[in-house]
Amino acid sequence: MTLSAQFLWLIPALPLAAAGIGALTPRSGRKTAAGAAILSLLGAFVLSCFALNGALADPTMHATYNFNWFDLGATSLRLGFLLDPLTAFMCVMVTFVGLLIFIFSTGYMKEDANSTRFFCFLSLFAAAMLGLLVANSLLLLFICWELVGLASYLLIGFWFHKPSAAAAAKKAFITTRIGDLGLLLGILWLQHAGGTLLFYDGGNGALESSVLASLAGQTVAGGLALSTAIGLLIFCGAIGKSGQFPLHVWLPDAMEGPTPVSALIHAATMVAAGVFLIARVFPLMSADLALTTVPVHALTVVAFIGAITALLGASIAVAQNDIKRILAFSTVSQLGYMMLAIGVGSWVAAIFHLLTHAFFKALLFLGAGSVIHAAHHEQDIRSLGGLRGPMRVTFATFAVGMMALAGVPFLFSGFWSKEAILHAAHLWDVSHLPFYIGLVAVVLTAFYSTRLVAETFFGRPRSPAAEHAHENSAAMTGPLVLLAVCAVLLGFIGTPAFPWLQAKLLGQTEIHGHSLFDGAGLMITSIVLVALGIGAGWAIYGRRPRANATARDPLEARAPRLFAALSNRLGFDEFYASTVFRLNDGLAIVSDRLDRHVWDGAVRFLALLGVFTGQVNRDTDEQGLNAGFTAASEKLRDAGKFYSQRQSGEAHGYLRTLAFGFVIVLLLVILGGAR
Amino acid sequence: MSPLQICLIISTLLFCIGLVSALTRSNAIMVLLGIELMLNAANINFIAFWRYGPQPEAGMGVIFVLFSIAVAAAEAAVGLALVIAIYRHRKSVRLQDAVQLKG
Amino acid sequence: MNSLPLLSLIVFTPWAGALLLALFPRLSAGPTRSLALFFSLSTLALGTTAVTGFDPAVTGFQFSEKHAWISALNVNYHLGLDGLSLVLVLLTGVIAPVAIFGTTKTSPQPSLYAALFLFLQGSALGVFLSLDFFPWFVFWELSLVPAFFLMKLWGGPIVARAAYQFVIYTIGGSAFMLLGFAALYAATGTFDFVELAALARAGTLATQLGALGSFWPQIVFLGVLLGLAVKVPMFPFHTWLPPAYAEAPTGASMFLTGVLSKMGFYGFLRLLWPLFPTQLQAAAPCLLWLAVAGVVLGAYAALRQTDLKRLVAYSSINHLSYCLLALFAVSASGRAGDPASVAALSGAVLQMFNHGLSAAALFYCVGLLENRSGGLRGLGDFGGVRTGAPVLAGLCGIAMFSSLGLPGLNGFVGEFLIFRGVFGLAPWAAAVSTLGLLATAIFLLTFWQRVFHGPATGAGVNFRDLDADEIVTLLPLIVLMFVLGVFPQLLARLINPLVTTWASTLPLQ
Repeated sequence: MTLSAQFLWLIPALPLAAAGIGALTPRSGRKTAAGAAILSLLGAFVLSCFALNGALADPTMHATYNFNWFDLGATSLRLGFLLDPLTAFMCVMVTFVGLLIFIFSTGYMKEDANSTRFFCFLSLFAAAMLGLLVANSLLLLFICWELVGLASYLLIGFWFHKPSAAAAAKKAFITTRIGDLGLLLGILWLQHAGGTLLFYDGGNGALESSVLASLAGQTVAGGLALSTAIGLLIFCGAIGKSGQFPLHVWLPDAMEGPTPVSALIHAATMVAAGVFLIARVFPLMSADLALTTVPVHALTVVAFIGAITALLGASIAVAQNDIKRILAFSTVSQLGYMMLAIGVGSWVAAIFHLLTHAFFKALLFLGAGSVIHAAHHEQDIRSLGGLRGPMRVTFATFAVGMMALAGVPFLFSGFWSKEAILHAAHLWDVSHLPFYIGLVAVVLTAFYSTRLVAETFFGRPRSPAAEHAHENSAAMTGPLVLLAVCAVLLGFIGTPAFPWLQAKLLGQTEIHGHSLFDGAGLMITSIVLVALGIGAGWAIYGRRPRANATARDPLEARAPRLFAALSNRLGFDEFYASTVFRLNDGLAIVSDRLDRHVWDGAVRFLALLGVFTGQVNRDTDEQGLNAGFTAASEKLRDAGKFYSQRQSGEAHGYLRTLAFGFVIVLLLVILGGAR
Repeated sequence: MSPLQICLIISTLLFCIGLVSALTRSNAIMVLLGIELMLNAANINFIAFWRYGPQPEAGMGVIFVLFSIAVAAAEAAVGLALVIAIYRHRKSVRLQDAVQLKG
Repeated sequence: MNSLPLLSLIVFTPWAGALLLALFPRLSAGPTRSLALFFSLSTLALGTTAVTGFDPAVTGFQFSEKHAWISALNVNYHLGLDGLSLVLVLLTGVIAPVAIFGTTKTSPQPSLYAALFLFLQGSALGVFLSLDFFPWFVFWELSLVPAFFLMKLWGGPIVARAAYQFVIYTIGGSAFMLLGFAALYAATGTFDFVELAALARAGTLATQLGALGSFWPQIVFLGVLLGLAVKVPMFPFHTWLPPAYAEAPTGASMFLTGVLSKMGFYGFLRLLWPLFPTQLQAAAPCLLWLAVAGVVLGAYAALRQTDLKRLVAYSSINHLSYCLLALFAVSASGRAGDPASVAALSGAVLQMFNHGLSAAALFYCVGLLENRSGGLRGLGDFGGVRTGAPVLAGLCGIAMFSSLGLPGLNGFVGEFLIFRGVFGLAPWAAAVSTLGLLATAIFLLTFWQRVFHGPATGAGVNFRDLDADEIVTLLPLIVLMFVLGVFPQLLARLINPLVTTWASTLPLQ
């Protein structure tokens, strides 16, 4: 069976419905919410497999289904769905890993009173992530991209009563939003210059040759090609979401969320969305490669950022003590590898590593979750130790994950995907620096992953919690085992001898394998480096296990200042606090002051002016104009009073006056000589 | 003495009686009566001047008197009503008691 | 349909309700609310009737009513409806009943409260539907009266000052506008918007005004601009708004921010732009940066507020500045028929509606916090409210994310279109304005984090969750946020032809 692009929306719609159910279920309906979430994701997984089946039938096709969202001017705003091998592989991975993590969560979150909400948020996340994958429009992708950020925010802050969790959630949202603003500007610019946000639209899409040619042909400030500028802005979004230098600071803090969240969102899927985005718009990112006069190519920037992040993450991970933080920095570092791969032009290697990494990192996180759950939320590896005995399944699967991460040769998937990246970096003709950085990071990765396993599982238990730890239920170990199997097997879909995945992704119908000995020199080098890292890690941490929880780290004893700097994450947080935050606060203070004093002051001044004018007016009226009038009025009133007092009320008096007056009139008439 | 002079003398006497009565009596009714007397004195003058005047054929004097009598009747009615009202109010018709109408 | 004066009914039914309620000052809270709700909902019902009879493709005015009023002055009672008015009538029809339902019962003297509220509602509707300056100005000024008394009688502790400032500032602004229109009348002999706009399109308006004196076109433009800028409010004429919104009672805040704040921008679209296109175009580059300042500084000023109501008030300044940004960018470019102009103007109209929904919901939530805690509304007065009141936290969170423009909720569509349009017309203004988006996210999340998250402290201890009435109040707003976020076509359908016509005909030169 296959699933056509027209019905691709069903894949995100299923978990979305589950999220709706979860949101409306009362707190006691934990099983309903969990059941809906798991069933919907199972359905989405099956549909994804159908979609993959359809996509593999013709890997060169970009099957699209575009529709009108709403009217805008003479045309309308269009969104769409896209089905190609990239989408299909990602969907299958997300739904499968997600499904296992959902199942694991039923065990892990059993005691949490709010677990109904937890499954609601998880489903929301899955819906948004799958929507991001199937989008055929940068706008739809951005919409889902932000929703993924929201789900991540809600889940990091799931234990919201912990202030640190609430703060970490906010930090994650804000930091990624800084990158998203770049992405938004990129989208706006692409819309303006290219006229469309659809990826593929029958020859008119933003990733198709006609638009790309026009974008690459224009020059903007600094001599950059327009496509470079847009590509770099879009890359800003990926930097934020995928925890790349310099916006990686949120990812370790995001570990405040429940461990399944860390596994699903901050290791396997969401953080890989940035890599997916850049892989998706790879035609745009690489549109400027043919130009020789431009100062920089977009992909060059991607490669260097990726290399820096890979080294940075790996080195900081060496000096961390929190089991989840180590894994978080390891994720930062591995995402750097993926970006490095895209930057050197091999986006298929990046996707290969993305897929293998999703499985083994989810495995490591769930293993860490299993440890944390068993050890009553003890996360500090200095206080753990000796868990190899009581937690056999967890140890075995964790070890598989660790070897995949370190790149132990041949059997483990991480080896093949990392090898593909290093191979691509080696062949890059712009600079060899990223390649050498990548090699250094290989050593560090092997070292810190050995340290992690040695400290956690070997030696003696160093705390009561670790002593009483015991293996978890099947709901938790089952997914571990499945993931461990995948972490081994998945490597074989992309070995140099049989690069099936790469061929499908690139839309090649025939698979051109080559002998393993072609790149043997490089492979041997990296095997030696891995051995060096593991050997050093074992020598330092394995042979002489830590005596107690408070003992100094051997590395700390050797190079205290370097260790302190690394364990302080090289001071990025402090640096931002003293620059960006200060600037932000300063701007806030300035605008507040402006409001309170300058603008409001002007208004008050005007009001005072009005009051003053009124006062002057009143005084003039009262003292000047009105003075004589008042006096005259008073006189008139006095006269009236005088006359009224003459009225006695006695009728005889009146009559007398009348008669008297009559007589006087009579006399006047007579004496006046009137005729 | 001509008839006119006799009439004038009578009316003068009548007027004086009325005036004295109006000015001296304290009973409000008597004062009213005095005023009526004065009005009638004036009426006699009207009739006399008409009868013995230059144009006795024009009925002017009679019309004046008729108006005057009508007014006097209305005035008496109003005056008596006032007197009754005052009496109801203060059980007296002495004018000296009704001095509330001062300004 | 022609026989029924639909628009007059829309305007005067709330007034009839106000009159009826004023006759029964002792009516108890329950019947008062039902009665007021009935009259208030009439707007929504009649507005929906108008939608069914409305033809979006006709870009002129529909359902017109025109009767001579004062024939000596050529004043007509002229009502008319186009897509823009219709959207605002619907917005009023949603916000007013919600505010009445949510706040009447808890107010002292509910009958007087509801009567004033209905009076306010009718006045606002009159502004949105009048097409003659005279009745328009009457409605415009009349709306201040009930607003003033609602604030003064039911407001917070220092409301007197805020209320006086609000009324005097606004009247001060509209005095200049009145003067401007007196000059217009002297020059043209008509108050009718449609006729004036036709004159302006023909280019004779400026000539006729110029006959009074060469500087008169500019003077009149500035007068009208000032009157409207105060009302919107445009940066830097916005200082009356935070105290007024903060001190007004919850219901009045909801209506002020939801509906009354739209009157100013409506005036920009209905009066200023059609009548003075050339002057606006000349001033627009300057005004554009004022709008950017409103977007950025408004959001940043909100970051510093510790009073929750003032915080939401500043977010209103920020959101309305987006609308102004869109209009000024379009006007400044002066390019006819640019698709970017269509996007910007559509965005501005949608933004008006969306901001009404989200700001009203936010004010209601803050009002609830204030009520429950006995008048506290400081950012630091609460903590961990979500523990006791998960429903309130959830609904407030949705309103908040709508306000910060999260895709999937209504706020995003308007903001995206505005940014898309403005970027095409004035890229730097759009780029700087994105800072406003960032600051909005920061202050709203800080609000949520401080009030709802963390351990329960202060007034947040044992916080009572929403009761059925309160949920019913918020639900229509929340549902609309989702519906319009996913199907913006519902509104876009009504305004798109109109906006397209604006973009293609209005800009001159």
